[in-house]
Amino acid sequence: MWLIRAWMEEEIEWSESLGKILYACTNCNNCVQSCKFPFNDEIVNIITATREEVVANGLVMPKVARFFRNIEAYGNPYREPRENRGRWAEGMGIEPYQGQEFLFYVGCVGSFDEKGQRAAKALGELLTKAGVSFGILGSREECDGNEVNMLGESRIFQMLREKNSQLFKDAGVKKIITLSPHAYNVFRKEYPGGLEVFHYTRILADLIKEGKLKPTSKLNRRVSYHDPCFLGRHAGEYEAPRQILAAIPGVELVEMERNRENSFCCGGGSANFYTDFFGGGENSPSRIRVREAGKSGASVLAVACPTCAVMLGEAIKDEGIEEKLVIKDIAEILGEPVSHQ
Amino acid sequence: MKEEFLSRLAEIVGADYVSDRPEELYLYSRDPGAQKPRRADGVVMPGTVDEVQQIVRLANREKIAITPMGAGLTLSALTVPLKGGIVLDMKRLDRIIEVNQASRYAVIEAGVTQAALRAYLEKHHPGLQHSTPESPPTATIVGNILIHGHGHLTPRYGVNSQMVNGMEVVLPTGELCRLGSCSVSPKWFSRDPLPDLMGLFLGWLGTTGIVTKLSIQLFPKPAFRDLLLFSSDSVELIPEIIAELSQINLLENCFIITQEKPRWAQHIFYIIVVSGQSKEEFETKKELHNRIFQKYPDKILPVTEEPALTPLRERFLGVPPFAATAADFRKGGGFEYTGAILPIEVIPQAWRSGIEIAHKYDLLYQLGIQLLPNGHSVMLAYSYPFNRAVAEEAGRARGALDETNRLTLELGGIVWKPELPAQKLILEKMDANTRQLMDRIKKTLDPNDIMNPGNWEVT
Repeated sequence: MWLIRAWMEEEIEWSESLGKILYACTNCNNCVQSCKFPFNDEIVNIITATREEVVANGLVMPKVARFFRNIEAYGNPYREPRENRGRWAEGMGIEPYQGQEFLFYVGCVGSFDEKGQRAAKALGELLTKAGVSFGILGSREECDGNEVNMLGESRIFQMLREKNSQLFKDAGVKKIITLSPHAYNVFRKEYPGGLEVFHYTRILADLIKEGKLKPTSKLNRRVSYHDPCFLGRHAGEYEAPRQILAAIPGVELVEMERNRENSFCCGGGSANFYTDFFGGGENSPSRIRVREAGKSGASVLAVACPTCAVMLGEAIKDEGIEEKLVIKDIAEILGEPVSHQ
Repeated sequence: MKEEFLSRLAEIVGADYVSDRPEELYLYSRDPGAQKPRRADGVVMPGTVDEVQQIVRLANREKIAITPMGAGLTLSALTVPLKGGIVLDMKRLDRIIEVNQASRYAVIEAGVTQAALRAYLEKHHPGLQHSTPESPPTATIVGNILIHGHGHLTPRYGVNSQMVNGMEVVLPTGELCRLGSCSVSPKWFSRDPLPDLMGLFLGWLGTTGIVTKLSIQLFPKPAFRDLLLFSSDSVELIPEIIAELSQINLLENCFIITQEKPRWAQHIFYIIVVSGQSKEEFETKKELHNRIFQKYPDKILPVTEEPALTPLRERFLGVPPFAATAADFRKGGGFEYTGAILPIEVIPQAWRSGIEIAHKYDLLYQLGIQLLPNGHSVMLAYSYPFNRAVAEEAGRARGALDETNRLTLELGGIVWKPELPAQKLILEKMDANTRQLMDRIKKTLDPNDIMNPGNWEVT
């Protein structure tokens, strides 16, 4: 906050180093939750407003500018052709959305990143198995804009919001299941009303409760769960993922020292999964987090966010602990015992 | 600062932990208090004691000033360089090395925060606690101790610097030294019966060495704990009440406060923290304390109703007490207080004059006493919140602080953790031979005058 004010009052000049500090904030919301002062709710908003000022002054860091350009031109940060967006679902029998009860909104990371795709596939299979009426938008799907909004590019965000809102309206979408907590966040908080938005962990927990998904075979794994910031602190959902894991025979759930409200961010928010202002050094958040998971004695670190899967997946390689710890999305973990259903 | 010097620092600690970038120096060139910014030329964050030693040796060779820093929360800019040079940020030295359950002490590194030790004890030694100051959780334990800080157990067990069993110190010339029982034993359990060399580093504001490890005493955590709240309008009665409280000597903590806003707070509130291991002990202590205040039915009343009850409980029941819930902070976030360590008999005059000074500088008064061990003295905090964005208002706060410090000294008190102007006032008033002794000690330990120079500067 001091640096933001110093920059606004021209006590310090804009610099690459200042930019790194500003963009390294992942909007994890820990400050909002921990700060005792009455302005705590505004802290993250102040970061976003400052980034808007950076955009307005044409000072955006090159990596961030590239992220914006890619989203605007391709609808995803990876410069992947739009027509490839639904390719992850080929051969799975998942139908295009055409008025089913739920739209399964996959998002950029779930659509294009290999780890995200694994989670998307696992979730698609589970929803199919449970008889859920759902479809995907495939090549019609567009970036949800959560990161663009957090990074202060309000023009592109408004464009995405209008485009998506119109698409949802035209397609008759009323209920959305999101793979990513980031999409869950932006659809609930920034999009026009009238949509019922669910993170997939709530849907799966309810399907288990209703007996529509029955994890039967034993997994025999010690699993720790990493609370994603946009599902936990931003949305208050801590129980559904744990209910799913607790329902799987043979899963021993062990908590890391920092969990739930006190969970430690993977470092991927505010598009850091792409811009990576933390770098991969040993003190990067993702590496700290997988070391914490290792200390818990878990052999599997469960995630409920494709961005976390990407960040933590890279971190176990950097730490050289791939033999001891695997990162898996909860949908993938549940998929194994349910496949024998 | 020379590029070459920074490169040498980078060779010692790694490039990630050295900086002279303007935005980082901006942060290290000021603190949250009312003092004007002063420029740091660089910052370095050592990760090991050996790195601290190498930095000190290098700084001696190059005659570069070092300002050691914990969390930088003194509010009196004691970790902001007065004569440039580097800030030695100790946050990376953050290991809790040992907790001895039987002898009840913790050995910690200099960067361990209040919150970190508290959380560690709650998890691994739930029956133990350390004396926690009324400061943000990021404040370091060592920083608090080195300025003779107070904590929630101070009235009962002593000023926090009295709770030190031992220290490891990097001397200004780079040698590593252990003090207390750890100098002759693997156990960090006692300060006595050796010559008390720790006094060479406590209260010296980082001018005599760099404490890298420290053993702090721990205390039993009581099963029962509650507040007794009373209000009064008689300033004259305060010394008598303190004497009564000291007579039974059973309290855990005691505050006496008033503030101008909100309006309900314009009385004198006694906040007595009572704790006990058994219900019987706890109830007996409450009863004995209640009896003291019941002796003055015309002058003191129990606080049983709103609007005072909830805010006082919210502020003082927790450990640490949470000042911000009751403080009338100004928009703009500036806040500084001066702590006057006072003999008991001058409290009424100090209290009344504090209100007058606040009004003279068009500031809101906010006074708070914490009883010091066994009621032999008190720390009276005169707080002056100000809007950081309004330079004129910060200037008024500085004026009020200076006048309050002069008052403290006139009354025979001493300014706690004094900012530079207050240090000068103290040195002016100090016995000349004592002043010379301080100077000789500093020059002996720090021949190149590199340690936080400008502080406690006699010549």
